[in-house]
Amino acid sequence: MILAAFLFVGLGLNPREVPSPLVGKPAPAFMLPQLYEPAKQFSPQDMQGKVWLFNVWASWCGGCEQEHPLFMELARRNVVPILGMAYKDQPENSKMWLHRGGNPYALVVTDIEGRVGIDYGVYGVPETYVIDKQGIIRHKHIGAVTMQDLDKKILPMVKELQAK
Amino acid sequence: MRYLLIPLLCLLPVFCYADEAKDMAADPVLERRMIGLAEKLRCLVCQNESLASSHSELAEDLRREVREQMQKGMNDQEIIDYLVARYGDFVLYDPPVKKTTLVLWYGPFALLLIGAGVLVYQLRKRKGQIAETELSPAEAQRAAEMLGESQEMPGQPPTKRPAKRPNKPKDLQT
Repeated sequence: MILAAFLFVGLGLNPREVPSPLVGKPAPAFMLPQLYEPAKQFSPQDMQGKVWLFNVWASWCGGCEQEHPLFMELARRNVVPILGMAYKDQPENSKMWLHRGGNPYALVVTDIEGRVGIDYGVYGVPETYVIDKQGIIRHKHIGAVTMQDLDKKILPMVKELQAK
Repeated sequence: MRYLLIPLLCLLPVFCYADEAKDMAADPVLERRMIGLAEKLRCLVCQNESLASSHSELAEDLRREVREQMQKGMNDQEIIDYLVARYGDFVLYDPPVKKTTLVLWYGPFALLLIGAGVLVYQLRKRKGQIAETELSPAEAQRAAEMLGESQEMPGQPPTKRPAKRPNKPKDLQT
């Protein structure tokens, strides 16, 4: 009986979703070259005062293709800026991928060696962070974002943080 | 010539033995320390593998990170803290006792206690239900008949079992 109760709870959980210790902490600082203008660098500091989504993706990642149309739609509605980080991806491949599916990102940075990914505790792309005006990580979503995740969790949170 | 080739081919696997994921550092002492630490850490991509044995790209990157931090002179605890700050307690195979891990640490003992309690309760309950009854001589007689083959009468000692097998001969003993 007790075993059944444990199994019932346990099987309902997703073992892939490891709680991130980064939620509630400042987004780790970094300086990375931009995909389209590698001479220019970007740092999360540049987004101070804005609520933004930080989406870690790669051209080799299947889940990224799933969530991509949702980000395209989100970008079209201009609700919240989405910044992309191409994780362990060659810039040519990243560009090709964006050329094919469209570019929803306000800006894309390249983390070719995956070092910034480690600072953000990335262990499987795609991962999406909600970062507030003070640069604090408010939420981390692991795996492809679905319509439901956006409507139920991410967008209400963004709205609330933007009102602050 | 062909007969020579076969034993030579048999020797071939000697040159391709399995090993921990490659990634060799120049310093074998540091590499051993790194592998030692990585064995205590979980790979997040393939969650049932340690960071030392995983071949995933992330594990390779993390091993590189650990190696570099060791070169910088950080001690093992500092490196573990660094990884926990990013990936949480989940990277540890030996999670610390905290509010969130209390059930993990003490749950089994609690279950054991509950189980022991239930057992004691049930045994007590049964003790009350079983009433000792003596067999009357007629009943004893009947029981003996029903048991048939064993021709023991109540009260008599049971027949002896056949004697033990003789020891094995000395030369068979190890």
